[in-house]
Amino acid sequence: MINDELQNRKYVIGGLIALIILIFIARLLFLQVFTERYKESAEGNAFLKRTIFPPRGLIYDRFGKLLVYNRPSYDVMVTMKEVTSLDTMDFCNTLGITKEDFIDRMSEIKDKKINHNYSPFTPQVFVNQLLADDYARLMEKLYRFPGFSIQQRTIRDYAYKAAAHALGSIGEVSRTTIEKDDYYKMGDYIGITGLEKSYENELRGEKGVQIMLRDSRGRIKGRYANGAYDEEPIAGKTLRLGLDIELQMLGERLMNGKRGSIVAIDPSTGEILAAVSSPTYDPTLMVGRQRSAMFKELNANPNKPLLDRTVMARYPPGSTFKVANALVLQQNNIINGGTRYPCHRGYTVGHFHLACHAHASPLDLYGAIANSCNAYFCAGLRAMLDNDKYKNITEAFNIWRSDIMTFGFGKKLGVDLPHENGGNVPTTKAYDRVHGKGRWRSLNVVSISIGQGEVVATAVQIANLCATVANRGYWITPHMVKYIENQPIPEKYKEKHTTAIEKRYYDVCVRGMEMAILGGTAKGGQIPGIEVCGKTGTAQDPPRKDHSVFMGFAPKVHPKIAIMCIVENSGFGATYAVPISSLMIEFYLRRKISPQRQELLDRMASTILIHNYGTQNKISTDN
Amino acid sequence: MERRIRLAQTIDWWIVALYLIMIIFGWFNVYGASYDYTQTTFWGFEYRSGKQLIWIACALVIAGSILLIDGKIYEQMANLFYWAMLLVLLVTIFIAPNIKGSHSWLVFGPISFQPAELAKLATALALGKFISKTGFSMGNRRDALGAIGLIMLPCMLIILQSETGSALVFFAFFLMLYREGLPGVFLMVAACMVVLFLIIVPLSDLPVYHNVGSLGFMLAFIFILLVVMGCVIAYESDGTTMLHILGGTVALFAIAGLLNIWFDVQYQIFALIAVIGTAIYLLFLFLYRSKRSYIWVALFAIGSVGVSFSVDYFFDHILEPHQQTRIKVVLGMEKDPKGVGYNVNQSKIAIGSGGWVGKGFLNGTQTKLKYVPEQDTDFIYCTIGEEHGFVGAAGVLCLFGLLFYRIMRIAENQRDTFTRVYAYSIVSIMLFHVLINVGMVLGITPVIGIPLPFFSYGGSSLWSFTVMLFILLRLDMTQKARFR
Repeated sequence: MINDELQNRKYVIGGLIALIILIFIARLLFLQVFTERYKESAEGNAFLKRTIFPPRGLIYDRFGKLLVYNRPSYDVMVTMKEVTSLDTMDFCNTLGITKEDFIDRMSEIKDKKINHNYSPFTPQVFVNQLLADDYARLMEKLYRFPGFSIQQRTIRDYAYKAAAHALGSIGEVSRTTIEKDDYYKMGDYIGITGLEKSYENELRGEKGVQIMLRDSRGRIKGRYANGAYDEEPIAGKTLRLGLDIELQMLGERLMNGKRGSIVAIDPSTGEILAAVSSPTYDPTLMVGRQRSAMFKELNANPNKPLLDRTVMARYPPGSTFKVANALVLQQNNIINGGTRYPCHRGYTVGHFHLACHAHASPLDLYGAIANSCNAYFCAGLRAMLDNDKYKNITEAFNIWRSDIMTFGFGKKLGVDLPHENGGNVPTTKAYDRVHGKGRWRSLNVVSISIGQGEVVATAVQIANLCATVANRGYWITPHMVKYIENQPIPEKYKEKHTTAIEKRYYDVCVRGMEMAILGGTAKGGQIPGIEVCGKTGTAQDPPRKDHSVFMGFAPKVHPKIAIMCIVENSGFGATYAVPISSLMIEFYLRRKISPQRQELLDRMASTILIHNYGTQNKISTDN
Repeated sequence: MERRIRLAQTIDWWIVALYLIMIIFGWFNVYGASYDYTQTTFWGFEYRSGKQLIWIACALVIAGSILLIDGKIYEQMANLFYWAMLLVLLVTIFIAPNIKGSHSWLVFGPISFQPAELAKLATALALGKFISKTGFSMGNRRDALGAIGLIMLPCMLIILQSETGSALVFFAFFLMLYREGLPGVFLMVAACMVVLFLIIVPLSDLPVYHNVGSLGFMLAFIFILLVVMGCVIAYESDGTTMLHILGGTVALFAIAGLLNIWFDVQYQIFALIAVIGTAIYLLFLFLYRSKRSYIWVALFAIGSVGVSFSVDYFFDHILEPHQQTRIKVVLGMEKDPKGVGYNVNQSKIAIGSGGWVGKGFLNGTQTKLKYVPEQDTDFIYCTIGEEHGFVGAAGVLCLFGLLFYRIMRIAENQRDTFTRVYAYSIVSIMLFHVLINVGMVLGITPVIGIPLPFFSYGGSSLWSFTVMLFILLRLDMTQKARFR
């Protein structure tokens, strides 16, 4: 063979082939086995994770009436790459928008500065929360508008146009929240106010995910592995409230045309039976597309209808605070039921004069509570602060303060409503600052004995004081939620807080409050057949008219309801707060208002004290 | 009857088995790659998988027919076939319609056919005939040039059809020529040309410093000088001359560095002067000291300089922009994941996401969702990599390795040069296809659209590889029968 010496070249060629194959295999090992990046890129390429929104938890009242539920809403989505040959005029007419709106919105969607997640291949929200009529009209023609599609979402709806503040509302999640909590994505809803906010984690449920296959041009080609890796959404938990929606509606009706609030508590459980903040608004209007316009309008209203007065408004507690003082003074052996102090139309020391109204004098403690004697409590508090058994006024004041705070004054109670205010019980330091250290006397601070001056409380704190008296010595943190589906309410809503005061001293106050109803300042609170105990208040709010305040509970034995009502700048406690509270008590205990008191109800409901009530015309007043 | 027994006894069953495994596995992957989620049946002829089934059936008929035809005919008809093929290639340039910019497909009604595929076969046969003639020697310049000419003729015609990918395949024949005695120096020269290409293309536009000179040319000329010095040592063991060249070069660069203090110096010009000076010096040694090999070294030096300039010109002015970009992407000069690099990037993602054993048949997401282009033709290897993982992809490479081994074994067992040349020709062609196709999919060779033998969708390529392979089997059988 002539090629013999070339035979060995087959090894060179064979080696070359082997080398190529080995290089390729090494490359395959590197790509397929040792590099994770390509697997991630592949998932990012092919999987479109579509969020399935869970239905938000429902909310029921204490008797099982459905209050808040979900209603479908429709977002119009646009996929830019698929928009071809659109009849813009027809489209705009169908949606009821102008051509300029259309052009603006389209450029807004495409602007990555505004719309960070923009991609021409994925659906973008064109219009959200379409009304049902527009939706129906659009659906008929949708086939004519390539690139446009409908995404179904749910929005909140309300069975009763009541309890707007307590129930709260949801809205689109803010950018700061998205950055803090990676559960939320752009366009998600989140509780913004009320229970929707405080129980957001329970109500929202868990989002599900559907893994769709997306081809290289962004088109959806089906579900990955027939949905084997999809996650079902978990519906939000149902809330059962302590709220009695009918009582709530009655309260709102009674407060119509007035500023103020009512808080009613079941003293034995701490459940809030009614939380009226007036003026209020129609919760159904704070939903969907009109939410921002409504919000703007309400926010501009001088009567601040958006403020939840039950937990946020800071009031002087007025004479209702005398009950707390009566308890503290007894406990510290300053006074007892029989202690008498004179009153000559007020409390006068030298040039100091604090007026009181006309009543018999001197009064014992029962009579002082029943008649709300200012002089009595001024004298009582001074007797404590200047008492020799204490080292000095600072020590006496600190004992008074710590006792008062056991009623829940001066700090947040921990109500399950957002933005609760803690009120104020002054400290010696605060007085030191105003008067100079050691330079203040009992007379300087005497107004706190009648719930004025530096003492500030919220409606729910005053109602809590009332519940404490009703319980003769303990309170449970007031709360809205009775129970959460499959989950006990937090321990803190079961815990009894005992006060620093013994039960026997409560009995004195209860008797005084009973007398107030039977023949004292709160005579208007009498309800035939029900033993009501109560205490009026006329809290000064200079230079405006006094707040009309009342707190009361019924029945006297085994109380079922403790209530607090404040009608701002309306005058004496007896004028509005007493009758409104008594109607509320009657309704709660009897489920109806007796015919002879119907007239009182109508009179209260139709009394308009403030103008520009906000959305009063939008509020249903039929009960 | 006797004939049939001989067929069973003499045919190389290994190759037949490998062939069948490849086309069946290939078909499943074509099915997988062209599968759409809406597709419900395996067989519908409106689908690519259905059509491929017809091509496979035809290929088997063709294979059978070839085994029944007398093997002598190929050697006898080789020249006729070759020249007829050239004629067809020539005619195709003028009558073929423009399909994606190339004039390489002949269309007869519903059937279209690419003559370039058959040209490889014709060339392999013609080369076999040419090299097997009595007295042929690669050492003989006429013979060597003749063989090279046989290769370059169809290659040129195919380039004129703008089917560069298929034309490049003809360079694979040089591997066969190497086996048949092409001096190793040719391969060395070829390797040098590749190195020059790899230096010039990415670096020629880069300055040596500031904005002066051309780094690519300077390095290319230095490289040429180094090779020349290596040759001087290797062929003549002439250390003195080597030191002269080295000294001269260093001196030139020293002068350049000195001048650089006052002027901006184009270093590549000094490197060029060094190369030309070296060439003249070597010619002088050739003429006056009768060192014969120096004429070749000198010619190499001059030629390389010419190649350096023409590579630059070729790349910048002859290559189409899209071809330039493909090369740039592979050389890492451009990163362009959404443009030209998109295909390669997506194919790496598809393969890379396969893991050890892949996602399973029909479960590949990247190929199904059309992220990978041409997934059932040129990028079929992606589907294999994604759905069958490392095991499947490396397995396919092993199948090819085994096939090449069997063919080379047949080649080396031949007593007759024609069959050996032919066998090496088809190994070279298939190896080139695998090298470029798989290399492209793995992102290590430029994107050149040539199919993966036996796997890619399409009748033309399947049939032509089938014909090539079975002609070899038939030739092998003929010999075994003759020498039994």
